[in-house]
Amino acid sequence: MTGFPIIRIITKLLIPYILLFAFYVQFHGDYGPGGGFQAGVIFASGLILYGLVFGLHAIKKVAPPIVIEKCMALGVLIYAGTGVLTMALGGKFLDYSVLEHDVLPHWHVPSGQHLGIFLVELGVGITVTAVMTMIFYAFAGRKQV
Amino acid sequence: MNLIVFALLALLAITAVAIAQLRELWAVIMFTGIYSFLSASWMIILDAPDVAFTEAAVGAGISTVLMLSTMALTGKAEDIPRKSSVVPLFVVIVTGATLVYGTLDMPHFGSPDAPVQVYPDPSFVERSEADMHGLPNVVTALLASYRGYDTLGETTVVLTAGIAVLLILRKNEDEQDDTAPLARNKSS
Amino acid sequence: MTLESVAGLYNYWVVIFLMMTGFYIVLARKNLIKSVIGLNIFQTSVFLLYITMGKVEGGTAPIVPPAIAAAQAHAAHGSDAGHAATPHVEGAHEVAHAALQHGGELASTTTEIIYSNPLPSVLMLTAIVVGIATTALALALVVRIREDYGTVDEERILELDRGE
Repeated sequence: MTGFPIIRIITKLLIPYILLFAFYVQFHGDYGPGGGFQAGVIFASGLILYGLVFGLHAIKKVAPPIVIEKCMALGVLIYAGTGVLTMALGGKFLDYSVLEHDVLPHWHVPSGQHLGIFLVELGVGITVTAVMTMIFYAFAGRKQV
Repeated sequence: MNLIVFALLALLAITAVAIAQLRELWAVIMFTGIYSFLSASWMIILDAPDVAFTEAAVGAGISTVLMLSTMALTGKAEDIPRKSSVVPLFVVIVTGATLVYGTLDMPHFGSPDAPVQVYPDPSFVERSEADMHGLPNVVTALLASYRGYDTLGETTVVLTAGIAVLLILRKNEDEQDDTAPLARNKSS
Repeated sequence: MTLESVAGLYNYWVVIFLMMTGFYIVLARKNLIKSVIGLNIFQTSVFLLYITMGKVEGGTAPIVPPAIAAAQAHAAHGSDAGHAATPHVEGAHEVAHAALQHGGELASTTTEIIYSNPLPSVLMLTAIVVGIATTALALALVVRIREDYGTVDEERILELDRGE
């Protein structure tokens, strides 16, 4: 795809902001509207936009399918792992109040419920991003028969 | 404010009818994106920014891309209506009338003493103030903490659907061709 | 049927209209992609139904203003017995007191804030993302059907099934 200079340049300008916004939505989700599901979808749409404009080959270099495939499961693993961690610390499954700690209290390191929500949302975000991107690869990689 | 709501609802209804009437798939898919955007706008007015967010990104973004790529794979087959559309219309009108009859008993829109608003008695907004140590967004707290099991399940459903799509669609890739004969040799 | 009940119920009727349009598309159209779109419209109308129910008259989005939320958190911490063992408990109490006053001022200036119900939002949030994943699955099946049958027309597919 060598034509359409306007689309290519505008896309290149926009993609950093889309990805940055996705990160904002992910990590600011406890304070404003947002969270893992939204951030995952926005991040994936940034990647998909890149794939649509520059081709499947280019996007597969940025986000190799072999990595994205692993990330699909990694997100659920982080989520369930948080639950197992709380159990190991003596609480119930996904009971974040046992994650309370006192490390660097002035640096606003999340603790307790906040830390639990942070980890869980991170897992959701990773899985949703990976699944949406992988679905796009599956559809785009298919040839018309 | 009311004027905006009425305009939005009218546009939503018109878009839905247009989707039902149009036969060219390309136009239908574009209208589906517009429909998603309109419903996201309405969700903003209904105080659900989190949902509106997701609907705009999913409905207008990813869903449109997926439908277009499906259309590219299946060809722009014209959508020919069934010979008689009287029976479906009848079924739809009867069902719709039944549902409208059912709404007559519903609590009015926005009423603060509707069962939905009353039921969990210290409401989640009040409960989260003490439990969450000052996390402002109650939706996130509810999603990840109070209903954490539910969300774990939903995430797993997303993962499963992704795996299923990959199993259905991915066959002619380079790495797949290398491993396929190997597996066959082992099994024989 | 009074005007009041029309004003209170028109949302539900619009939602039902959208729902039935989606249902009609599924019933009356033969193209499989169009059927998936019809199901999508039906699904979106269900989201709207839930969100409509969660709205409270005069309410706002269920996000507590950060200043008030922080004040409440400090108040909760201050009264927490678990934290009383720390040596600088006096300071914590002072901070909590100041923050509480600050929050009280804010609350008094903005009067009582009414929040819409967050529960429908949460349910629909996850449903949307699961919905797109299942839609993708349906579209993948459509692609496979087209590859095997050469058509996405329901009746043609049934004919091919019967003919063999």
